[in-house]
Amino acid sequence: MADTLGAIWVYLAASPLLGLTVTLLAYIGAHALYERAGANPLLNPVAVAVALLIGLLVLTDTAYATYFEGAQFVHFLLGPATVALAVPLYRQLPKLRRTWAPVLVAVVAGVAVAALSAITTAWLLGASTQTLVSLAPKSVTAPVAMGIAEKIGGLPSLTAVLVVATGILGAVVGTKLFDLLGIRDDSVRGVAMGVTSHGIGTARAFQVSREMGAFAGLAMALSAFATALLLPWLVRLLPLG
Amino acid sequence: MTFIQGIAILLAYQLVGEVAVLWTGAPIPGPVVGMVLLFLTLCLRRGVAERLDSTASALLAHLSLLFVPAGVGVIVHVQRIGAEWLPLAAALLLSTVLTLAFTAVLLRLLTRRATAAPRQEGD
Repeated sequence: MADTLGAIWVYLAASPLLGLTVTLLAYIGAHALYERAGANPLLNPVAVAVALLIGLLVLTDTAYATYFEGAQFVHFLLGPATVALAVPLYRQLPKLRRTWAPVLVAVVAGVAVAALSAITTAWLLGASTQTLVSLAPKSVTAPVAMGIAEKIGGLPSLTAVLVVATGILGAVVGTKLFDLLGIRDDSVRGVAMGVTSHGIGTARAFQVSREMGAFAGLAMALSAFATALLLPWLVRLLPLG
Repeated sequence: MTFIQGIAILLAYQLVGEVAVLWTGAPIPGPVVGMVLLFLTLCLRRGVAERLDSTASALLAHLSLLFVPAGVGVIVHVQRIGAEWLPLAAALLLSTVLTLAFTAVLLRLLTRRATAAPRQEGD
């Protein structure tokens, strides 16, 4: 019996099936918990699913690389999902026509604030150069941020983690912060959410309203462009290392 | 079949984007270029085909799921994060709150001026 179980485990641990299945199950569980708690942003589904999976990997002593062999199929969909953002963006075209100039200015300024404030804070508190560079693109969507990190000498996988953390943080505090500041326009809230917290913020914004989601998606796309164009130059100007 | 057609369209645009980036050596990720190309196509066609619309909605409805594998990667960086947790945590928290507030307040200021200006000229 124990032998059979052992043999089954050896098979499962080596196949991508398990990593993929547990990723979906963890997310389904996390999402159910989130809905049951009345969409409480503190129970962000990404954060809960990640915590569940890390617990599982530690308990079963499984390497991340082994897990990722299965999870990469989910990870891969980030690419087509980024392309798919063109659709909600197109739906907001009439509103975008009226507000494109202020949105563009706000996005470029937001991108600069995101990178500079993160680098400065971490630098003042004594972070290493490689950490600083990995931190710089943390407000853009994961595939973009990882590409930028590689270009400017950071660690792409560390950047991916910081990107997800930033996304969760923004999704958790965003709506509360906007309420405190008295910002009620969903297009304004969406842009700020998308610039700061990319896809995770956009996912949260879509839960609030379609308009907020579309503008978050737009801001996320624009900031991906702005960051990819600006950050390599910005980092070169900073007195790092 | 519509789902397969939809995903094929998205992948084809991503592919064109990736090739364009490799070709030109631009520091922009391929999927972002693909998104811009698809957006321009929709603007030219003046509409979204049903097969593309349903696939895009399905993918975007659970966008958060797609970030889970990368998030679990935190496990690989436990040592570095343990050693540098204070600068990292402070930078993430401060920068997130600052960027949210700054962008929202700036945009509200800019849109107020943009919507207020024409009215003043008109009357």
